[in-house]
Amino acid sequence: MTWATILVIAAGAYAFKFAGMFGLGRLAESRQARALGALLPPAMLAALVTQQTIGGESGFEFDARLVGVAAGGLAAWRGLPFWVVVVVAAAVTGTVRML
Amino acid sequence: MRVNRVVRNGVIIGLATGVFGVAFGVLASTAGLSLAKTMALSLLVFTGASQFAAVSVIAAGGNPLAAVGSALVLAARNAFYGLTMSTILRGSFATRALAAQLTIDESTALATAQDNRRDATLGFWSAGISVFVLWNLGTLLGVIGGGLIGDPETLGIDAAFPAGFIALMMPALRTAPGRAAAVAGTVICLVTLPWAPPGVPVILAAGGAVLALAHYGTAAVETTMMVADQPDGTRDLAEASES
Repeated sequence: MTWATILVIAAGAYAFKFAGMFGLGRLAESRQARALGALLPPAMLAALVTQQTIGGESGFEFDARLVGVAAGGLAAWRGLPFWVVVVVAAAVTGTVRML
Repeated sequence: MRVNRVVRNGVIIGLATGVFGVAFGVLASTAGLSLAKTMALSLLVFTGASQFAAVSVIAAGGNPLAAVGSALVLAARNAFYGLTMSTILRGSFATRALAAQLTIDESTALATAQDNRRDATLGFWSAGISVFVLWNLGTLLGVIGGGLIGDPETLGIDAAFPAGFIALMMPALRTAPGRAAAVAGTVICLVTLPWAPPGVPVILAAGGAVLALAHYGTAAVETTMMVADQPDGTRDLAEASES
């Protein structure tokens, strides 16, 4: 990988972050945009959770992750502390993989 | 010593990403990248999924344009997070320009899990700084130490991320608009995952937020979901209706 490739990716990645933080500045002052800003994380993180849990190289892949995330999700739903959720999900997934 | 709950959660998130940082360092050096180039990726790109994608494309013999393309598609979702964070973070241009670099899944998730601006700001910086430091430290360890820690998947750390995100989404999931946005985002992901390139389903899931907003309306979102200015939970209505 050349330095040029690395710098183009770095500049592009920062440009997205910067555009979100500043480019939409005027827009972000409107009530609708602020409400949308509150709804974007649950919508996008839910998709990210789905992809990280059952996404594979191409399409779906059901494996130990699903069991671990289900256990962690249950812990989260029961209101257990964050570190418990994370440890439960990792421990269950790691254990199922060993079986 | 009593550590603030928000800060502690930021450190936990940082530790998990640090383990993946080691995996990234190992992958990058296996793919033939120098220490300087690998560190440049982790310091400057600072978007884990993009970095893994770019290095994987190069390692598989793909051309640089394909590496740039797949990396930037995965980085695009941070623009949406930037919009969210711009409604929460205050401060000078320099502060927010620095915050932009730290605007990723983890920092946005920990910030938006809080119900007031002070904790949300603390959550953003805790996760952002902790992930930045430990991701880069992990990358460095991975390059110079090789596979000291082993495959993070053996430890199940890959499942810790989605579970952690679920925990951070719980406050939003307890509101009707937040739940609708999450369900719509999940459905969009399930429909697009089989055919869309990596990273695209999560971007398309932003449509779930638009649908939820259209259904419930701005006022309902303001009363149930917006980060309050004061730690006592008083909602930010006065200011929101001024603009």
